[in-house]
Amino acid sequence: MNISFAWLKAIAPGLEMSVEEVSEHLANRGAPVEDTEYLGAELEDVVVARVESVRPHPDADRLSLCQVNNGTETLQVVCGAPIIHEGGYYPFAGVGVTLPGPFKLKKAKIRGEYSNGMLCSEKELGLGRDQAGIMHLTGTVSLGQPLTEALALDDVRLDVEITPNRGDWLSHVGVAREVAIGGVDGIVLPAIPGAPALDLEVATAEQEISHAEVSIRIDEPELCYRFLGVIIRGVEVGPSPEWLAQRLRAVGQQPINNVVDATNYLMLEMGNPMHAYDLAKLDGSRLIVRKAHGGEKLQTLDGLEHKFDSEMLLICDASVSHDIGGIMGGLKSAVTEETSDVLLECALFEPKSIRRTRKALGISTDASYRFERGVDPEGHLPAVKRALEVILATSGGDIDGPILEVLPRPWEPQVLTLRLSRVAHVLGISLEAPDIEELLKPLGFGMERGDEDELRVTVPGYRSYDVTREIDLIEEIARTYGYDNFPGESGAARPTNVPDHPLFQLEDELRATLAAVGLLEATNPAFAPASEGDVELSNPISTEESHLRGALLPALLRRVEYNQARGARDVRFFEIGTVFHSGGSGNPPVEDLHVALTVTGRQRPAHWTEEVETVDFWTLKGLVDEALAGSGWEGPVVGGRGESDDDGAEGQDTDGRPRPGAVASELFVPATTVEISLPSGEPIGWAGQITPDRVDSPAWGGSVWAMELRLPAEPQLDRTPTFQPLPQFPGVDRDLALLVPQHVSAQSVLDCIRGSAGALLDDVTIFDVYRGDGVAETERSLAFRLRLQAWDRTLTDKQVDRVVGKVIKRLMEDLGVEQRL
Amino acid sequence: MSDSKSLIDTLKALEADALDAIGGASNAEVLEELRIAYLGRKEGRISALLRGLGALDVAERPAVGAEANRIKESLVAALEAQESATAGEGAAHGPSEDLTLPGRTRWRGGIHPVNQVVDEIWQIFRGLGFVRARGPEADTEWYNFVALNTPLDHPAADEQDTLYLKDSVLLRSHTSPVQVRVMEHHEPPIRILAPGMVYRRDTYDATHTPAFAQIEGLVVDEGITFVDFKATLAEFARRFWGPGTKVRFRPSYFPFTEPSAEVDVKRLLTMKDGTRVESDWIEIMGAGMVDPNVLENVGYDSERYTGFAFGMGPARIGLLKYGVPDLRLFFENDIRFLSQFAQGGAS
Repeated sequence: MNISFAWLKAIAPGLEMSVEEVSEHLANRGAPVEDTEYLGAELEDVVVARVESVRPHPDADRLSLCQVNNGTETLQVVCGAPIIHEGGYYPFAGVGVTLPGPFKLKKAKIRGEYSNGMLCSEKELGLGRDQAGIMHLTGTVSLGQPLTEALALDDVRLDVEITPNRGDWLSHVGVAREVAIGGVDGIVLPAIPGAPALDLEVATAEQEISHAEVSIRIDEPELCYRFLGVIIRGVEVGPSPEWLAQRLRAVGQQPINNVVDATNYLMLEMGNPMHAYDLAKLDGSRLIVRKAHGGEKLQTLDGLEHKFDSEMLLICDASVSHDIGGIMGGLKSAVTEETSDVLLECALFEPKSIRRTRKALGISTDASYRFERGVDPEGHLPAVKRALEVILATSGGDIDGPILEVLPRPWEPQVLTLRLSRVAHVLGISLEAPDIEELLKPLGFGMERGDEDELRVTVPGYRSYDVTREIDLIEEIARTYGYDNFPGESGAARPTNVPDHPLFQLEDELRATLAAVGLLEATNPAFAPASEGDVELSNPISTEESHLRGALLPALLRRVEYNQARGARDVRFFEIGTVFHSGGSGNPPVEDLHVALTVTGRQRPAHWTEEVETVDFWTLKGLVDEALAGSGWEGPVVGGRGESDDDGAEGQDTDGRPRPGAVASELFVPATTVEISLPSGEPIGWAGQITPDRVDSPAWGGSVWAMELRLPAEPQLDRTPTFQPLPQFPGVDRDLALLVPQHVSAQSVLDCIRGSAGALLDDVTIFDVYRGDGVAETERSLAFRLRLQAWDRTLTDKQVDRVVGKVIKRLMEDLGVEQRL
Repeated sequence: MSDSKSLIDTLKALEADALDAIGGASNAEVLEELRIAYLGRKEGRISALLRGLGALDVAERPAVGAEANRIKESLVAALEAQESATAGEGAAHGPSEDLTLPGRTRWRGGIHPVNQVVDEIWQIFRGLGFVRARGPEADTEWYNFVALNTPLDHPAADEQDTLYLKDSVLLRSHTSPVQVRVMEHHEPPIRILAPGMVYRRDTYDATHTPAFAQIEGLVVDEGITFVDFKATLAEFARRFWGPGTKVRFRPSYFPFTEPSAEVDVKRLLTMKDGTRVESDWIEIMGAGMVDPNVLENVGYDSERYTGFAFGMGPARIGLLKYGVPDLRLFFENDIRFLSQFAQGGAS
């Protein structure tokens, strides 16, 4: 909302605050000033000059030579404007003056004639859009006067940020209520220059009212609460006087004509949108407020044609519509220079209907913006009277008849009960009734003492939208008391009984673990192309981001490409984030928390002592084990090869969730990929080598390894260690070289050893894998070290031999594994 | 007399020879030979000399004996020193390695800077007795708007341009729905922090991304007042931004809080030359007392319970804290950027 500082001061007489102080004050009242702009900036050297004579340029048809008197001398100026009045006053910039742009004027020779400066258009001065002609200054200006003074440009435009609850702030009077001395009582509207004294009667009816041939009717009292109309005959439509045009320009509005400008002026000053119809264009001289007939059309003032549904409110004559009620007027009945009789409208519309209609039509206007946020239901009569003063003062004409009012239901101001005890309960400070009166009365609230603890507060119309409850009054008290005036000491807090969500603890632990093993955490937005997810956005930002991701890896791998494209060979990422998949029709999508990681490049930073190898499956598997240890799953299995995903479940698990691999399995090289599953067999993730054609790497780019894992919704986090007594006797290591057939996995051999060795087995590790001489091609030799330990004695060789013998027997029986001797 | 003196002189000469030899020894084997040659009980040269002790006066013997012991100790010490000085040499890289060469390192990992900010904020609120809560990112209009006292036909619903899925399901435009979900499942006292991702239909620029992290906070109990609200958030701001930080509360509007406030801080910055300057006011969060309608919507008695809520954007705070000029850097995942926030420096 643009506020002219000069305008504000004009309606709040005695206001002593500077622009900075007003800005500070408004910020502390909840309306921060985003920007301030001095309107006369770069125009300080432009003066009012008089064109003494005009003659055609001898060598150019469209140019003229003007003798321009700037107050001190008369100079020749070449001008391209089609109409220049001899004796007229115009803004003049002499040689050496800098205009907005900025550009500096030089003495120029145009087709053989010297030009000693420039007569300026509104556009050249940065005052408006009109560049067709130079700016003809009317009204009281004097020769040589600085333009900033003549046009009252010695003004500052404040861009005030208005929150959507405060429709009452969308006018100069509204803002003045917060800054004027004494608040509402300090506001005095200045007299309109040349306005006649008006003594107007109001004729009111509930549904329809008429005067002379004119009638006004409301068919939709739920959508239009009030309608005031006034007939003005014999107006002379033309440019507004300078004082009016200046006010509009000061807040960035373009003057149009005196009648239209009068309605805009009142809206900006008092907050009531108005509309003026050319009465002659209204069929039957009627205005009917009704809903549109389905498919009805109207060409509006902006030249666009709109089509309406049957819920939209229109203002129509006997046959066609002329106005989208409260939003925008029609072109056909607009006030133009030909208009003689005007019907002025000042109405009140239901905010939600305005909002629905203007959203459906895709337009927003100054009027709709205000009606949507709530226009003062009590402000119509004063606003109309003042608008009439402006119209009569600027365009002549006579009022025909009374102010015609249709008012289906009279406005009843709301009276709220405010308990002093409740004020203290919410705000934590105690205020007495006089304190509260002092805070609220300047804002226009009426106060009456009720019971000891109560105040009866009458809400002014302009606050009737946002102040409807006791708490709204309490906010007003806090706001005017000043937030910074509250004390800053807090009492003790009771502990909450809400548990800390375990998934956050899981995330914390995983982040710490994966960062500690040398991975950088990446974050990607959850949007994905259609190929990477099955949950679609209905209003996506772009087709590349039309869906929600079903897995983390595709985007993470693009970040690997991004870094490789910038020359990075060693890229090591992890990401923790939400993935989405369809929950079936009518259900919200299912959300899972995933962790993914990817590595490429060297195993360790280069060191001068060695040639560092690149990452391989075993690097990845070590990282997978780190991730799984912190994953909150119980007993996850890093299992067999990933190519056999044909269990007939259509790629879905029991919850209808796509198998984690459904997206991810297309990414991996099957031969070097493993599935990660729960002991129940339910798959939760994949790890392996990324298919080379999935990552657009430079020629030097190494193989890329990656893992993606779904995290549990209810993680098992209690890993409190239980103390085990330390052995009092030495343990015994025994090595076993075993010939293991290729189809028997190392894991199954380990499981078999653990299952058969009994309680004396403390630990078993694989310390060598050998293929080649002495070992059949269908087998490989795996070397295991068994650590045997008794808690109560030193084991004898005989006891160890017995255990090992048992293990070897079981390996042979169960797996066909023999000892290599 | 002259005998004892000459014997001591001989011993001293022997010591000098031995120290020279020890200093020149390059490995443990040579040193062992030297030890046997000088200090050996049978063949050692000192032992051999001391065999002549018997020829001296009884009165002179202690002085010579003491000197001999001193020399033995001196040689033992020299042998040990030389042994440790030469230990390891010659094993792999010859005798004189340049010890300024760098040691072996490992890759430096790190937590994403925005998550570091989230964690820092969490640690402060944890100290103030908060716990963490979470809710779905795809949510309903009820949780995202209506339960939060934001009717869809009110202009306030426009403040956040919402991304929709089908069937009126939307991507939450703020973390405030978590307030409602927590209150639906728990009775006061409530004291929660809810970090999470939120979504808006914004295009990417330096200060906007369509997905971003937000942190919600909610306190509800008997007797919570505007004074508690101010004190708690001012305490957070000072702990996060450092002592000397000024905190300002300005009236604002959010449909789900009343009174509502914007919280600004003015930081006290220490320049490179040690001088301290104040920053401009920086907006860090929106907040307010929980609107009674929100409490009633979850079945709380709004006459009995009051509370406050707040929301802030850790990525935006990250911009200010780390001096990052553009929010998009947080999503680019350039390892040169992320490494600046890694544990112990560069990756």
